[in-house]
Amino acid sequence: MKYAYYPGCSLESSAKEYDLSIRACCGLAGVDLVEIPDWVCCGASSAHATSHLLSIALPAKALVQTEAMGLHQVIAPCVACLTRLKVASMEMDEDEKLKSNVEKVLETPYQGNVKVRNILDVFLNDVGLDRVKMAVEKPLKGLKVACYYGCLLTRPPHIAQFDDVENPHSMDDLMRAVGAETVDWSFKTDCCGVSMSLAETDVALDLTNKVLEGAKDAGADCVAVACPLCQSNLDLRQKDIGNKFGAFYDLPVLYFSQLMGLAFGATTRDVGLEKVIVNPFPALGAI
Amino acid sequence: MKAAIKGDVSFFAKEIEAACGQDVLTCYQCRKCTMGCPMAFKMKVKVNEMMRAVQLGRKEDVLAGDTMWWCVSCETCATRCPQGIEIVEVMDVLREMAIKGEYYIPVESMKSFHEVFLNSVRSYGRLYEMGFAMDLNLALLDPLKDAGLGPVMFSKGKLKLLPHKVKNLESVKKIFENVKKIEELQE
Repeated sequence: MKYAYYPGCSLESSAKEYDLSIRACCGLAGVDLVEIPDWVCCGASSAHATSHLLSIALPAKALVQTEAMGLHQVIAPCVACLTRLKVASMEMDEDEKLKSNVEKVLETPYQGNVKVRNILDVFLNDVGLDRVKMAVEKPLKGLKVACYYGCLLTRPPHIAQFDDVENPHSMDDLMRAVGAETVDWSFKTDCCGVSMSLAETDVALDLTNKVLEGAKDAGADCVAVACPLCQSNLDLRQKDIGNKFGAFYDLPVLYFSQLMGLAFGATTRDVGLEKVIVNPFPALGAI
Repeated sequence: MKAAIKGDVSFFAKEIEAACGQDVLTCYQCRKCTMGCPMAFKMKVKVNEMMRAVQLGRKEDVLAGDTMWWCVSCETCATRCPQGIEIVEVMDVLREMAIKGEYYIPVESMKSFHEVFLNSVRSYGRLYEMGFAMDLNLALLDPLKDAGLGPVMFSKGKLKLLPHKVKNLESVKKIFENVKKIEELQE
């Protein structure tokens, strides 16, 4: 199984541990990732608020590069990148004029046979739950995980085409396959407010607080995510939330791939566990 | 009270439809969009009210309004709309129109956010996160905002001090230049 890999800007710095753990999991599960050479930012979440053509042309660059590599599938672990790449590919398929404009912008032709893949989907459907289970060396026994999907993993459904839009369970399935328990809770798909996190922090804290409160109330030991923006917002803002609401959750927010990697026998270093802000080691101590 | 609607007011909805293919005229005010909107508590004009204003051709009010600037593009409204209107695409078009038309933007910080973000992409080909955060704080006239987070992230190896420039920066500049050229031709 060979895929082009589009890490995206976050995975280079603030979400380095997502990149590390994805590569570790893929290596251990036989998924071959080839990074797109000299890839360019997809423009999320600003290009689509300012220019439609730019918002398609930037991610289309990655699609064109995938084609040039002779590959037909590209994995973008960041959900914001994933959505922009998918929108670009779908809109160009539907709209000849847009496609020709994008080709003019990029000064390269685009054949249009690149499939954009969600990393959870790859583990669930290409690797498959059976093989995921077989790869487990250290099951995450006794760990209670609140799987948080956020906005763009499932929405909008005609773009995401993935899982149940109001009550998704794909990440829960994966976490249970590696031995963890998953909690039922009501905030799986509520927005964490990250796009306001830098410019209108106070507003974002209201939204972030609701998600963390929901996970804590459900009895979770940690939150699992698949989006670098959700992760940084939920992890980094817990002190600010404490100051604003007097609620100190001390709830580790981990990438599903960090937990899966640990179960596959990767070291804590391999999955970048020490890079998470809220110390995850006490919660993972039992494992 | 006299009704004050004169002539054809659907021009604005049609303008939006031409730009993104979404027909706002089909909205029948069920208000599912506003009910599910996580940002409704900040909006002076709620999502369903904005849709109605579009139907009534109140272009000036909508473009100077705050609705699309609080929208976080979470897609809850679009997912639940019984008429299948991709409301977030409508929001994108309205933001684009408001910027191009030089309207007053009530949530000034979000306009700065988008400008500073795209400047980073234009300069380096990738988002330089630390530079982005610092430039945004300068634009918001709050240079020390979140200063406490910097050292925490740095100690965790999550902040790169220098930007990672793509090798072929010329190709990135070309993308921005060509987009501008094509958009000017279309206008």
